Amino acid sequence: MVRLVTHNLLACHVKGCTTNNFPLAFQDVQIELQEAEFNPEFVKNLIPRLEWGALADAAKQVGDTSLPPEEPDMMDDDLLQKLHHVLLEIHVIEGAMVCPNCKHVYPISNGIPNMLLAEHEIG
Amino acid sequence: MSRPELQAPPEIYYGDTEAKKYTKNTRNQQIQADMTYRALELLNLPPDEPCFLLDIGCGSGLSGEILDEEGYIWAGVDIAPSMLEVALEREVEGDLFLQDIGQGFGFRPGSFDGAISISVLQWLLNAETSHPTSSPPHRLTRFFTTLHSALRNPSRAVFQFYPTSDDQIQLITSIAQKAGFGGGIVVDYPNSKKAKKVFLCLFVGGGGGAQQQIPQGLEGEDDEHARFERRREKLKTKDRSGKRKNIKDRDWILKKKELYRQRGKEGVPRDSKFTGRKRKATF
Repeated sequence: MVRLVTHNLLACHVKGCTTNNFPLAFQDVQIELQEAEFNPEFVKNLIPRLEWGALADAAKQVGDTSLPPEEPDMMDDDLLQKLHHVLLEIHVIEGAMVCPNCKHVYPISNGIPNMLLAEHEIG
Repeated sequence: MSRPELQAPPEIYYGDTEAKKYTKNTRNQQIQADMTYRALELLNLPPDEPCFLLDIGCGSGLSGEILDEEGYIWAGVDIAPSMLEVALEREVEGDLFLQDIGQGFGFRPGSFDGAISISVLQWLLNAETSHPTSSPPHRLTRFFTTLHSALRNPSRAVFQFYPTSDDQIQLITSIAQKAGFGGGIVVDYPNSKKAKKVFLCLFVGGGGGAQQQIPQGLEGEDDEHARFERRREKLKTKDRSGKRKNIKDRDWILKKKELYRQRGKEGVPRDSKFTGRKRKATF
């Protein structure tokens, strides 16, 4: 149940991996769509926290191309709806996330990503 | 039976059977629910604003369910896979992560509007291996610093936990302060043996003024709700070695014999150096 909203907030936390550690790239993903209640206020609140480029990329990796690659200046209802769908309704069930810098692989199984680190990776 | 955190690391203690047992227990459910509501109250989130929260040590989603009900969007982390499995079965709404909070978070700065954690921090106070990154201060430091950066400014994090001593509280608060948090300990029902609950209420950012004052703990007795876990109380009646203290010792026997004599009972044996002495094992 990794939704893209959490993926967009997640960076690699391996020891010493501090630059270029975001966004984690998806690998061999299976997705599932689950409807969620549309809450325009929440989505609006979230926008300043998002990295738009990373989000559009991640959406493309899971096969959704409804978002424009650049952050639009104006937010209309249609776009909020699309954003809501991408952020909260797409769930990644299986696959992995790979850090672009240190190549650490966070496997996702049954919807739960395994974020545990080995002893030498703990900062 | 000693405290759960002294028996085994959380991911082992909360195995398949214990995870199911814990979640099904209605008493646990009630306690968790009460504490989650109280933690939310202490979080003091702006009303009518949908917030994105982090549930640290979400377990089987007992607290998450309440966050769902209250309309918050949340993500949860826990180290026990069995608990997370139960959470999946219960179909909670939040995103779940298998993560050791002592290893720190990877969330980007300013990700969350607040964090709650119910009955978790005490698990960070035991070292599982001798590796330097396994020492409680190191794990607490890593936990609090990464959490501090993951929270928005201003915001709050509320932890309910079960400290065994004032030293533990001291250790936790000092590390949290070093990590940049303000705030402190809130104790609910401090005078009640049963209902007493300790909350660590941390603030990110000054904000200043009335908003970031440490809230008052609740006073008075509250016996309406199950606010009390029996297994933690059982401990206090036993000493550390795990053996029960013998009640019928020499003093007790002497007292009883004196009492019988006063009442005029016949045939009370006289006191001697052998009174109350342990017999030899016969074979």
